[in-house]
Amino acid sequence: MSQAETTSHFVAPPGAPPAILLDRVNKWYGQMHVLRDVSLSVAEKERVVVCGPSGSGKSTMIRCINRLETHQQGRIVVDGTELTDDTRALDTIRREVGMVFQSFNLFPHLTILENCTLAPIWVRKMPKAEAEELAMSYLTRVKIPEQAKKYPGQLSGGQQQRVAIARALCMKPKIMLFDEPTSALDPEMIKEVLDTMIGLAETGMTMVCVTHEMGFARQVADRVVFMDRGEIVESGPPNDLFENPQTDRLQLFLSQILRGH
Amino acid sequence: MSDIAAPASDPSGAIRPPAIMLGPWGWARANLFNSWISTAVTLAIGYLLLRGITGFFDWAIVHAVWSVPLNAAGTPDATACQTAKGTGACWAVIADKYRFILFGRYPYDQQWRPAICVLLFIGLFIVSAMRRFWRRELALIWLGTLAAIGVLMWGGILGLSFVQQDSWGGLPITLILSTFGLALAFPLAVLVALGRRSTNLPAVKMICVVYVELIRGVPLISLLFMASVMFPLFMPEGLNFDKLLRAQIAFILFAAAYLAEVVRGGLQALPKGQAEAADALGLSYWHKTGRIILPQALRLVIPPLVNTFIGFFKDTSLVLIIGIFDLLTAGKVAMSEPAWQGFSTEIHIVLAIIYFAFCFAMSKYSRGR
Repeated sequence: MSQAETTSHFVAPPGAPPAILLDRVNKWYGQMHVLRDVSLSVAEKERVVVCGPSGSGKSTMIRCINRLETHQQGRIVVDGTELTDDTRALDTIRREVGMVFQSFNLFPHLTILENCTLAPIWVRKMPKAEAEELAMSYLTRVKIPEQAKKYPGQLSGGQQQRVAIARALCMKPKIMLFDEPTSALDPEMIKEVLDTMIGLAETGMTMVCVTHEMGFARQVADRVVFMDRGEIVESGPPNDLFENPQTDRLQLFLSQILRGH
Repeated sequence: MSDIAAPASDPSGAIRPPAIMLGPWGWARANLFNSWISTAVTLAIGYLLLRGITGFFDWAIVHAVWSVPLNAAGTPDATACQTAKGTGACWAVIADKYRFILFGRYPYDQQWRPAICVLLFIGLFIVSAMRRFWRRELALIWLGTLAAIGVLMWGGILGLSFVQQDSWGGLPITLILSTFGLALAFPLAVLVALGRRSTNLPAVKMICVVYVELIRGVPLISLLFMASVMFPLFMPEGLNFDKLLRAQIAFILFAAAYLAEVVRGGLQALPKGQAEAADALGLSYWHKTGRIILPQALRLVIPPLVNTFIGFFKDTSLVLIIGIFDLLTAGKVAMSEPAWQGFSTEIHIVLAIIYFAFCFAMSKYSRGR
């Protein structure tokens, strides 16, 4: 897929640099080619949903954006800073990019409040009182301020994932990445997390979200990117893409997803 | 056995377990007398236990000699003990020799100093074990206590007479070797474990691997020999530091290699997501390690960590072979005294009780975590 094609589906404000730019990114695990010439440009305030069958490289791609995985070829520019081996550039980027994981990854030995204040205090050098105030405001926004003194193990999966979102937001990131945030949740808890994410999308946050929740994609996404076997196969506004898939691969994927639901 | 009767249901409708399974009698029936073989085994073991315990009680208490008179020369007269030998314990040897066993050849009139040191050590352990003292000040308490112990043992200032390290001995030596040893080996071990898992510093990783494998491949005894015999040969003429310090360093290096592997086990057991979440939040390596990784990893390895601590506490007794006067050495010397020939059992029992007290305290504490 050429960059021209992937970027043609959105209209970036003239002159504004993209929040995230992937330019012909390649990555291998040993002999396995897991990202093939992936090019993607995400504008500020844009909400992109990435979908695709498992093993398609969507998680790998999103993890490359904050360098939890390193890419071997191509360029990744986040918020105007290119990702290289330079650790200072990496620190800058990680400060501006929040991430929510499939398995929550809360710190089990810290309380909910401490989970949220840790990074603001140690990375942003924020005074403790201020960090706690900030954390409480975000915990209120994800509707669990009353759990602040508990430990992650005492919360349900949905609550934990909402804490994870609040924890990332406490760093006041410009960009939020979601790596299958609802895949590890029981069905009855998926909605509370999706609602939180919809609320976040309404605030104008730049979001890249790997998910299979097609309803969420329709409601929130400006653009849906379909990946298969390490490459971006199709992308476009959700309704176009879902109603009018251009490739057999997307058709097959959509039929499987729909059958599954 | 009225409780065996009428198990049935009670009016509330809740079904209770059959009464026969309840209570100590029920337990014994289920576990000790549930078949004729287990009944026979139970009775046989019970008989042996009873014989053993009463026999020991007779020897240690009933027929024991607790003290002996002094003879004309002012030394204890062990005749009473010799007579009772075989039927009763001779605790008089302990009464006579306990200060030597505890403090070795430390000048007799100055032995209050090592005694205070032992109390300081114990106080330090208790304070360190209490969660409410787990603050930055604890490091200062440690430094202060260890400095005070140094001053007390050596003397030479504050009006205390100077006591050469050669004359130190007994329990303080054991506590010095194990406390300084583990207190310094542990941080070293954490660094080595972290170094060994480093992905982007191959040189550091290499050094850590070589260190651990080299030290682990050598018996502690040979390391102690190297420290006491070979090391001075390589030092320039006139430059020499004392034997206890050399043994201490050998001990730290040895313990650190083992502890490093225990810590590494904890680091490996921690899910990768924890480090990823810390990275994604932008935490620096040391913040990530100090606030997220180590608190969880070390908690996971408390049982093997304490196991290693206990092992090394007892291993300090190996300094016996390079002539350092620890608790066990002091006991051995006390046994070889002509007047008290043949009463090593009593001394060994006392030594065992002292070692057991420290090791059991460690074990008990770790199980409470």
